[in-house]
Amino acid sequence: MTKTFAQKALERASGETGLVPGQIVDAYPDLYMSHTASWRCIRTLERMGVDTLYDVDRIAMVMDHISPANSAKTAGDHRLCREFAERMGVSKFYDVNAGIAHVVLMENGHIRPGQLIIGTDSHSTIYGALGAFGTGVGFSEITAAWVTGKLWLRVPESIKIVIEGPLPPGTHPKDIMLRLIGDLTADGATYCSVEFHGSYVESLSVSERMTLCNLAMEMGAKNAFVPPDDVTRRYLADAGVEPDGYEELLPDAGAEYRQVVDLDGRALAPQIAVPHTVDNVVPVDEVAGTRLNQVFIGSCANAKYDDLVIAAEVLAGNKVAPGVRLIVTPASSTVMSKAASDGVLSTLIEAGATITNPGCGACAGNGGAMADGEVTLSTANRNFQGRMGSYQSQIYLSSPATAAASAIRGSITNPQDVLR
Amino acid sequence: MRFEGRCWKFGDNIPTDRLVKSRYVFEPMEEIVKHVLEDLNPAFPVEVRPGDVVVAGRHFGQSSGRAIATKALRATGIGCVVAGTFARTFYRNCFEIGLPALEIEGIADLVSDGDQVGVDVARGTFTNLTTGVTRTVPPADPFLLEMLQEGGLIKLAARRPELFGSEAVRSS
Repeated sequence: MTKTFAQKALERASGETGLVPGQIVDAYPDLYMSHTASWRCIRTLERMGVDTLYDVDRIAMVMDHISPANSAKTAGDHRLCREFAERMGVSKFYDVNAGIAHVVLMENGHIRPGQLIIGTDSHSTIYGALGAFGTGVGFSEITAAWVTGKLWLRVPESIKIVIEGPLPPGTHPKDIMLRLIGDLTADGATYCSVEFHGSYVESLSVSERMTLCNLAMEMGAKNAFVPPDDVTRRYLADAGVEPDGYEELLPDAGAEYRQVVDLDGRALAPQIAVPHTVDNVVPVDEVAGTRLNQVFIGSCANAKYDDLVIAAEVLAGNKVAPGVRLIVTPASSTVMSKAASDGVLSTLIEAGATITNPGCGACAGNGGAMADGEVTLSTANRNFQGRMGSYQSQIYLSSPATAAASAIRGSITNPQDVLR
Repeated sequence: MRFEGRCWKFGDNIPTDRLVKSRYVFEPMEEIVKHVLEDLNPAFPVEVRPGDVVVAGRHFGQSSGRAIATKALRATGIGCVVAGTFARTFYRNCFEIGLPALEIEGIADLVSDGDQVGVDVARGTFTNLTTGVTRTVPPADPFLLEMLQEGGLIKLAARRPELFGSEAVRSS
């Protein structure tokens, strides 16, 4: 029997063989990620009256959604998590200085090919960028996994997406994903495992692959996957992971897919999601000139080091348009440190950007709110009504290149017009 | 898990951000529950009665996996939620917190807002009592139905710890 990546990953995690889509298995994740709301998991554990954990080394906690604390309540939540980590010996505890959980865990070598990772965040699909099976679950489920080590998972059908490149100058993985989400729609991949293949995907860095896998969630995907290769292995080696510390899982040739999507990126124009859904996607040129009040470069989708470099290249020697707020929130302290040491941050600051501490920032409603009638262009992954302040405000989504070009003009701008 | 009540009908792709808006996420549940789905139907949070049924189109509960959305919907007192399809995190959260959910393809085409409907989640049956139309689908896995019956994952774990026992085979 030929198998998809999802079938192989869930066979490994469940110890069962011959799994077919639709079947429900008990799987044992390699890692349980919980973010700022880990306090909910801790309180649930207290209510259960349990103090024996299945494997404390599989617990990862990252204080990213509200950081630093914005209220006495949040400070108390953080303290609860900090003290729990200390008391139980949770070595993979990252405090408010670290950055966005997904990026921090990958940078620190905690995510490896073939693993099953569950997280209290729907964008846990991002772990597919390193060939892992990552999926989002609820807080009680994380608590239950702390205790029992397992959870139920339905074996998903798979969708294969084959992307050929290279992309034209000024277009990036975000543009590809927005086009795909627009074409397949917000529920085009519901319950499915989405595999990315093709020459374009092979040419990408791990950071760029993170953008693909992160945004697969916005098509409803359960998990996403990029086949591990030398790019993956180098990233893991840099993160201190030994080659014998993981097992790469690849789909079989001839594996069964519900759908195969071929996408030629060679003629792709920059894309943008317009209010108020992520699958409402048009070429940037169609809405060019739309006035902006704020530009946000942040989130687990597009605030990694290479995203900041792309923004800095566009902004270098330019100024943010008068009256426009440009907020840049680096994905992690590692990203911020690198961008600080090589001048990327200075370029952004000189252009007029506000640099905030690493974390989820405005994407999680933590700063960067809008007043009635305002418009933000964001590099994040969601634009639902009311997500950034006023319910009477609008969010557009784009690549960092489009965001930076638009910040200079004060209105939505095709980056190809600025780069030219 | 049988419910009979008024059908509150909603459309496709309703995001969790519309079930519970960001500005209410950190409010107490007594406050949150007054605003559930209010933008789509202001009468819903005011007039919903225990046992009523929410019926939606495709991809109900998309966007953020915030469990508060399912908890708030449960707190309105509805008996269950039936949708053409669910977003997967929302569907999972329903079982996790004990809000009965049933997926029936095309269900939204079979009801009008305000119809009387009857649903048996454990049997997978749906009846529009106003029009007489019925549908039957395979019910959820018995383990999941038990989770619903107990009121969610943590309550099930408390009552039947053996289900979560330690025949654990470590995967690495």
